[in-house]
Amino acid sequence: MTTASRLPEPYGQGSGANLADILERVLDKGVVIAGDIRINLLDIELLTIKLRLIVASVDKAKEMGIDWWEEDPALSSRARRRELTRENAELRRRLEELEPAGERKER
Amino acid sequence: MSGLRYVYAVCRPFRSALQTQLTGVAAQPPRQLTHHGLIAVYSAVPEADFAEEPLRAHLEDLDWLSETARAHQGVIDALTAVTTPLPLRLATVFRDDSALRTMMEAREEYFRRTLDRLAGRVEWGVKVYVDPRPAAAEAPAGKPASGRDYLRQRRMQTRGQERTWQAAAEFAENLHATLSSFAEDSRLHHPQNSALADGPGQNVLNAAYLVPRGDSEEFVELVDRAKDDTPGMRVELTGPWAAYSFTGEEGEEGEEGEAGTGGEER
Repeated sequence: MTTASRLPEPYGQGSGANLADILERVLDKGVVIAGDIRINLLDIELLTIKLRLIVASVDKAKEMGIDWWEEDPALSSRARRRELTRENAELRRRLEELEPAGERKER
Repeated sequence: MSGLRYVYAVCRPFRSALQTQLTGVAAQPPRQLTHHGLIAVYSAVPEADFAEEPLRAHLEDLDWLSETARAHQGVIDALTAVTTPLPLRLATVFRDDSALRTMMEAREEYFRRTLDRLAGRVEWGVKVYVDPRPAAAEAPAGKPASGRDYLRQRRMQTRGQERTWQAAAEFAENLHATLSSFAEDSRLHHPQNSALADGPGQNVLNAAYLVPRGDSEEFVELVDRAKDDTPGMRVELTGPWAAYSFTGEEGEEGEEGEAGTGGEER
């Protein structure tokens, strides 16, 4: 029930707020509660926006060697999982290239 | 009153009135439903737009999504001015009042605990951008005279850029250390894609800090100071936001969120 008397003027919000900042919060943060209308936001194709927000920049940042934030366990679980999936697919693809069909060794 | 219940947030009762002109999603005014001393802030929204099928279709529409996201955030923002709301994710929709009550009852403990933890706090977003172009400008301009010259120029450019990135990473890390030791809690988010940012440069830090309202001015000053003495870096501050990034503590529905860790970053 506090009033906002001591709160500084808003920065970067209002009508000119960066849409990416807003989407990042309303789509990706906040409390997740399954309502009666079952929409898994992750199924929504447009959430490639989110992927564009996140994945593209992660890859790019990695390319540039900026990855110190990956040490953060809260941050990296999702990234790690995605990375593992990608790596898996990549390894499978390479394996297939290396081993001509029919010659696959049992392991 | 008919219509589905689109819920924005849960909070404790607040004294100040919300702006009378305030409209939420679907241009509907936010209403309040009280259950066991907690308040759900919701709008009655038409089934034609918010039942599963139409909602799914709408969410694929960037204009609709943007408008809805802004409306959602607008209500959360208005609530943040008068109380500490617990913002729910976009498009949390219930059939009717009774379904909404059932949900509130089931999560009462979590709501109370989290509202206690966040009471009187706001979230500030801080992003650092680095513009790699100055580094590229170090290299001599003009056409390379030979293949070897070309390669040397390329190498110099690359080295210059590496230095810039390294400096940026260091700057971001230091700033984050300073801000997180001032703030009560912090979260590191994935850097945003530069295509979505308003200004130039590559986002190298995208963090959220939980700060008591009373300390906000000081926090903003801290960020402002960092802004001033850093050529080549752009520090962007957004907020005050509702504590979007700090609502997690339970893994809900297998959602890992940013929850679970004690908030210690180092």
